[in-house]
Amino acid sequence: MRISTSWLNDYVDISDENLKELADKITNAGVNVETVEEYNTPNLVVGHVLECEMHPDSDHLHVCKVDVGDEVLQIVCGAPNVGADKKVIVSKVGCLLPGDIEIKKSVMRGVESNGMLCALSELGLEEDTPENHAKGIHILPDEAIVGSNPYNYLGLDDTIYNLDLNPNREADCTNHIGFAYEVASVLGRRVEMPETWSNPVKESVTDELEVDVITDNCTMYNARKVKNVVIKESPEFIRNRLTNCGMRSINNVVDISNYIMLEYGQPLHFFDAKKLGNSILVRMAEDGEEIVTLDNETRKLTGEDIVITDGEKPVAIAGIMGGINSCIDENTTDVVIESAIFDPLKIRYTSKRLDLKSEASRRYEHGLNHEYTMNAIDRACYLLEKYADAEVLSDTITHDIIDKTPKVAKVSLEKINTLLGLELTLEDAKRSLENLQFPYELKESEFIVTIPIRRGDVSMREDLVEEIGRLYGYDKIVGKLPKLDVRRGVYVGNVGLRKSISKRLRSLGLNETRTYTLISPSMDSLFQYNRGNSITLLKPMSVDKSIVRQTLLLSLLNVYDYNIAHGVKNINIYEIANTYSDVDIEDEKLTVLMSGEYMSNMWQGIKVKADFYLLKGIIENTLEYLGYKGRISFAESCDIPNMHPGATAIINIDNREVGFIGKIHPLLCKQEVYCLEISLKKLAEKKTRGFKFKEMNKFPSIVKDVAFVMPDDMSSSVVEKEIKRSGGKLLLDIQVFDLYKGDNIGNNEKSIAYSLTFESEERTLTSDEVNDLFNRVIDEVCTKLNLRIRN
Amino acid sequence: MKEKVEKIKVELKASLEGNISIQDLANIKAEYLGKKGKITELSNQLKDLSNEEKKEFGKSLNEIKTYAISLIDEKSKSIEEAILNEKLEKEKIDISLPGVTVKNGAPSMIEGLIESLEELFLSMGYDVVEGPEVEKDLYNFELLNLPKGHPARDAQDTFYIKDEEILLRSQTSPVQIRTMLSNEDKSSIRIICPGKTYRRDDDDATHTHQFTQMEGLLIDKGISLADLKGTLDIIAKYLFGEKTETRFRSSFYPFTEPSVEFDVSCHACSGKGCPICKHTGWITVGGAGMVHPKVLTNCGYNPDIVSGFAFGFGIERLAMLKYGVTDARTFYTNDLRVNPDRREV
Repeated sequence: MRISTSWLNDYVDISDENLKELADKITNAGVNVETVEEYNTPNLVVGHVLECEMHPDSDHLHVCKVDVGDEVLQIVCGAPNVGADKKVIVSKVGCLLPGDIEIKKSVMRGVESNGMLCALSELGLEEDTPENHAKGIHILPDEAIVGSNPYNYLGLDDTIYNLDLNPNREADCTNHIGFAYEVASVLGRRVEMPETWSNPVKESVTDELEVDVITDNCTMYNARKVKNVVIKESPEFIRNRLTNCGMRSINNVVDISNYIMLEYGQPLHFFDAKKLGNSILVRMAEDGEEIVTLDNETRKLTGEDIVITDGEKPVAIAGIMGGINSCIDENTTDVVIESAIFDPLKIRYTSKRLDLKSEASRRYEHGLNHEYTMNAIDRACYLLEKYADAEVLSDTITHDIIDKTPKVAKVSLEKINTLLGLELTLEDAKRSLENLQFPYELKESEFIVTIPIRRGDVSMREDLVEEIGRLYGYDKIVGKLPKLDVRRGVYVGNVGLRKSISKRLRSLGLNETRTYTLISPSMDSLFQYNRGNSITLLKPMSVDKSIVRQTLLLSLLNVYDYNIAHGVKNINIYEIANTYSDVDIEDEKLTVLMSGEYMSNMWQGIKVKADFYLLKGIIENTLEYLGYKGRISFAESCDIPNMHPGATAIINIDNREVGFIGKIHPLLCKQEVYCLEISLKKLAEKKTRGFKFKEMNKFPSIVKDVAFVMPDDMSSSVVEKEIKRSGGKLLLDIQVFDLYKGDNIGNNEKSIAYSLTFESEERTLTSDEVNDLFNRVIDEVCTKLNLRIRN
Repeated sequence: MKEKVEKIKVELKASLEGNISIQDLANIKAEYLGKKGKITELSNQLKDLSNEEKKEFGKSLNEIKTYAISLIDEKSKSIEEAILNEKLEKEKIDISLPGVTVKNGAPSMIEGLIESLEELFLSMGYDVVEGPEVEKDLYNFELLNLPKGHPARDAQDTFYIKDEEILLRSQTSPVQIRTMLSNEDKSSIRIICPGKTYRRDDDDATHTHQFTQMEGLLIDKGISLADLKGTLDIIAKYLFGEKTETRFRSSFYPFTEPSVEFDVSCHACSGKGCPICKHTGWITVGGAGMVHPKVLTNCGYNPDIVSGFAFGFGIERLAMLKYGVTDARTFYTNDLRVNPDRREV
């Protein structure tokens, strides 16, 4: 919202205020004055053209000598209307114009130019249209003082406050009178209301117009009528004020309706009385009913929209935009003025559905002050009489079903102080309420406050605490810490599990990523492991962010691609994030992706490359850290889409599936990329126990090695299982220490060497006893699995 | 006899001079002290002597034996020392060559900042609570005093999923609602809730459609804005240094009353004014306020008995300020060349 401070001064005296300091005070009290615009551009001055001659080498350029006060500049100008003895706007070298255009010294077709003569469009004060362009540069009145600020002669000697309003103050601060109350409460001053008394003629509007309201969604409807208006340009002060507040001046009549909206916050609607006829019916629209609005668009209405009709057809969409069939034009003489209040929610929905937002709808949506509805219509008559030569008809037709019971809220001094953490006295609180112009009664240190209609946002005790507090000043609050029991906080639910995993993976050298939850349908369809129904957004902003992901793998692959493209070859990353399938199925996935080298030192020839077994080791390490030691197993899996069928496995805890690990299918990724994904929801279902100390075995152990030759497709875990079974409880540990393929064994065979550790917790084992056991293990494994040992 | 002893002495000494190997030494040892060694042979001759001579000769024989052993031992030690020195000399390495690259995993900038803030809050007795990102309109808006059609909903343009009842949460506040509702005995609450949030914003330098918030909620008897200010002071100093100051500006949120925005004095210019703080000396960090009585009532708390404060801030914004990141999208590109691989805060 743009507030003109010179206009503001009509209602609250701020003539003695430093406007920048005042803006800070207002901001600190809670209405944010985001910027203070003063029309004053450095190096932009009034100039006097002393000489103007044609450029020797051009048919449209002029070479001018321009007096700018402290010097005379030679400036080349292409505008047709430049001429000697004219007062012009000069941007000198160094001047910064809108669009970040800096004026520099230049040479135009061999002639030096030290600045620019400006058109209004170049100052951002007019649109840059061909018509405006044709007007050429702006010529200032002759009395303009050379070297002074040219804005003073453009009606722009004003300071503008740009308000960044919170939604609760949209209603009262989007108009100058409402904002004046805010300024008055900050300064402790009074507000003066504008003149509204016109001199009506004898004719009454009631003789010429009938108004019917048959919907409760219009709680107030006032209509007056004026005749014989003369459509012309608005007076300068109205034009300037509208321009300064960011609205375009159209003609005196239309401008007056906008002027009043900026003054009272009450949008008015002007109908051409002759086009309208003599009746108004306010009702809900019929489904499918149509109206052509002022912007020449045909709008289809529904039963949820409020319309103003002439008894039959709609002439305006209430609170949003008028119809073209009843609008003011250059031939209008008689005007019906509407000043009404409609249901804010209905206006909001209609404007949203039609995607039609206007200055009026914005104000209706936030609720209007019914006290001003009548003032505004009277003020319109006053201004039309004064500036459009209107004859004002007497009387106002009024429909009014508004409950005017004032809102009353109570607050005690104690409550004020306990909520604010301040020590206000009764006098302090009184002063705040008086500055706010909130009438109150005081009963035993409890304030019973009648809330003015203009402050629709204030309704209860805590609101009053805020009003009193913000005016008293939050800067007076001295911070302290709440007096509470001492305790250490905890991670609730699975948060702690995630933090532990994260901590471990980072220690193991993996980098955490953070990617977007929303993905594209093509990404979504790529991975099919344990897939549910994907959630699609109702109205996505773009297709590539339309689906809530079920897996993080594709996001990590994107990170992989990005980094490869930027020359990063070694990629060891993980992410933990929520995933969703169906709206109520939430999971949290841990996803790891590894590619390239994990650890290296080139000159030493050390190189640990990411592969299946490295990733397997990393996840085993992590799961063991979490307490799953001895409960982890892997099972071959050849049917996870987009994973390598021969290098992928299911990860089990206690033989229950929690995720998968493997190599990404070469069709999806040519390079060797390994990944895993684990459902933390499933993992968390598997409880772990805390660490318990166990005495180490006092008796020595004996280690025996054996290599079995087996078919290529036999998995080592089968052999290990058999070794374990036949080894019994004296066999403490089995380690694989060699894998061999090649000469000496068959083509479809491999040899795996195991190191077996035997130990007893009760005694020292004899070597005979271990040899017997060891040989029995070999025999049993060979017989059971049909293997042979390799010598 | 005596002459023989003397001769051996001289010979032995001579043979041990100079550079000899450990093998040479072993040979020398055998030559003198071995079974057929010179000294052993001499002692074999002992039995042929008279008692008187035995006595005298035996003594000098012992002397030479002791002498020979100590001389050889000494030489042995010096040879071993020389060998060790040579070995150490050979083993000298160029310590300036690069070490093995042991990768250090790092958190994302956002997670790193969240974790360091969590550390602070855990120590102050706040629990860390998370909640669903696919959320009900009821928790994301309605119970937070944002009924359907409330204009303040415009500020949070939301991704809806189903019938405008299910959405991607636009703030982490629903976690506060869930915590209050599930606290059956309506006892005091001290939580922070960090997490991902979503709004229909086009991605640009200061907005991303997905971003991260951290909110805090404290409910107890007699909690005031002054308690809030003191708490936020601690956060500000923790993040931006001991000299950082905090200020409140009146603001509006539907779920707090009174509501404030909290600014911190600019860490870059110490409040003097610079481009980072747009020459104001202050940087807006987040929003806060006293929990709205309607929100308390909605969640079963009695606003006449308890009060509470809530605060929230965007982690991306904080990280931009703290790490000097100028484009919020940076947090989501995951460029591994950027590695905040160090202990933070």
